Amino acid sequence: METLAFQGLVGLSLAMYLWLLASGLTIVFGVLGVLNFAHGSLFMLGAYFAFTFYGLWGINFWLAIALSLLAVGVVGYLMERLFLRHIYHLDHAYQLLLTFGFILIFDDAVKIVWGGVAKIPAMPSFFEGTFSVFGRLFPFYNVFIIGSGLLVAVVLWLLFEKTWWGRMVRASASDREMASAIGVNIPTLFTGVFVLGAMLAALGGALGTPVRVVAPGIGAAMIIQAFIITVIGGLGNLKGAFVGAVIVGLLSAYGILLFPVFELFLIFVTMAVVLIVRPKGLFGG
Amino acid sequence: MKKLALLLLVVLLGLLPLFVGKYTLYMTIHIMLLSLFSLGFNLLLGYTGLLSFGQAGFFAVGAYACAKILMAAPSLLLGILGGVAVAGVISLLLGLLSIRHTRIYFSMLTLCFGMMIFSLAWKWRDMTGGDDGLVGIPRAPLEVPGLFSINMTPMENYYYVVLVFTILAVYLFYRIVHSPLGLTLQGIRDSETRAACVGISVRNYRLISFTIAGLYAGLAGALLPPLESTVTPPVAHWSHSAEPVLATLLGGIYTFAGPIVGAALFYILKDIIVRFTEYWLICLGVIVVVLVLGFRGGVVSMFYGKGGQR
Repeated sequence: METLAFQGLVGLSLAMYLWLLASGLTIVFGVLGVLNFAHGSLFMLGAYFAFTFYGLWGINFWLAIALSLLAVGVVGYLMERLFLRHIYHLDHAYQLLLTFGFILIFDDAVKIVWGGVAKIPAMPSFFEGTFSVFGRLFPFYNVFIIGSGLLVAVVLWLLFEKTWWGRMVRASASDREMASAIGVNIPTLFTGVFVLGAMLAALGGALGTPVRVVAPGIGAAMIIQAFIITVIGGLGNLKGAFVGAVIVGLLSAYGILLFPVFELFLIFVTMAVVLIVRPKGLFGG
Repeated sequence: MKKLALLLLVVLLGLLPLFVGKYTLYMTIHIMLLSLFSLGFNLLLGYTGLLSFGQAGFFAVGAYACAKILMAAPSLLLGILGGVAVAGVISLLLGLLSIRHTRIYFSMLTLCFGMMIFSLAWKWRDMTGGDDGLVGIPRAPLEVPGLFSINMTPMENYYYVVLVFTILAVYLFYRIVHSPLGLTLQGIRDSETRAACVGISVRNYRLISFTIAGLYAGLAGALLPPLESTVTPPVAHWSHSAEPVLATLLGGIYTFAGPIVGAALFYILKDIIVRFTEYWLICLGVIVVVLVLGFRGGVVSMFYGKGGQR
């Protein structure tokens, strides 16, 4: 029983990385209507930047995270302005294809800049250590991750529900033309939303650097997880993304414990069942 | 004129083993496999309007089934046809579920099914050999008991087998897309509502299209194990599903020959680029971005002028 409860905590901390990743994907899809295949690569870039600033250059942990968000934000800005902007009017197949091209580009680009080896820096000293819970040792860092995930959820909720910008975003998500007609600057808003999504992915990647291995190709692995989550929760639905992330996090944690062989299969079955029974997701309208 | 060029191409491919070495033959076989794989994929995308990101799953089913048969009973024909049949059955079953949706949900569902097959190939060690894959698959002789038996050990002999299968499959594909079935599929692609209104069962036709695509992926897959003598889980991974997508985009979506030209270009480009740099994927990525932004018709339609030939 205690093992099960402990594994729940492990799953929850995994879920928070997934939430940070999936929230950005969801916001971008909900507003821009583009399913960004390269979103996992932005997560990977966030991890690599944080590794460089914090692990290699020895910059302060918090500053390093902020800088990596900024760096990936710039990448996202360029991606939207130079490329995505030109294909909003096309069929979704082309949007998937274009962003797929970016997976290939980012994957090789990190190999060129950072080399092909997996990297993991030391933990910041104030996060070291563990404490006893359910008779096992649980790292402090995971508590910090769970806290950060919840904090981001609250901040996003406040941003979209309580601010003027959030209202404009929601207005253009529900009716682009109408929002434009009453004076919302859609192109600028879209750029802003895409940059926000990119930075959320980068935050997930950057927060993972002290504990998760960074290697080329993790972007492609992460995007599949993000797809699973957004599909389970409902494409474009932020609350659904949070619940979906928790479901997938717990499924992986318990799956590894109970059915180590079919853990991955189980997750895909869940996704397929949701897609077949409720294609709009658990929370989709 | 067109027929003459086609005849010339077939003769050229038939005489190829006289002029080139093993490596070129090996590459040509791979080009033919990707052509078959992409043709089936394009029946879904170009002719039916459905973007599947899970075709590698059916490719893998064909490959693993063929490998299993060859390891149990060394007969090439049995292995290949068996692989195709199993892939066909699986794609019919998964097709029943997949075609309930279109657009992005269809893409996600097929991606999901493809990865399900991947996770089985990767983890179901007793059946698939797990991450080691299946090894030591014999390139069994082509035989019909009591009639003939041809040794397949030389690469040239196997090349001819693949060539014959490819020519037959391409001819059959040509007949399919120019039959009422092919025209119906295009009608559904252009307007689902109109097609339904004139009494076409949209779901049934989509299912047929999905199954044929699965059969072609299965054929491409079944021809692989005798060539490589191994099958490993990456053939089922979604990044492998992206290959026919790229080949089709490269060659041209709304053309018959597009996927074939694209498959050849894909391997030729790769062969040239890897001579200069180990980072061939970044070049491929740039090509994809440029194609999507500027040349959505692909290479083939450039020859036919604006918009391409449908």
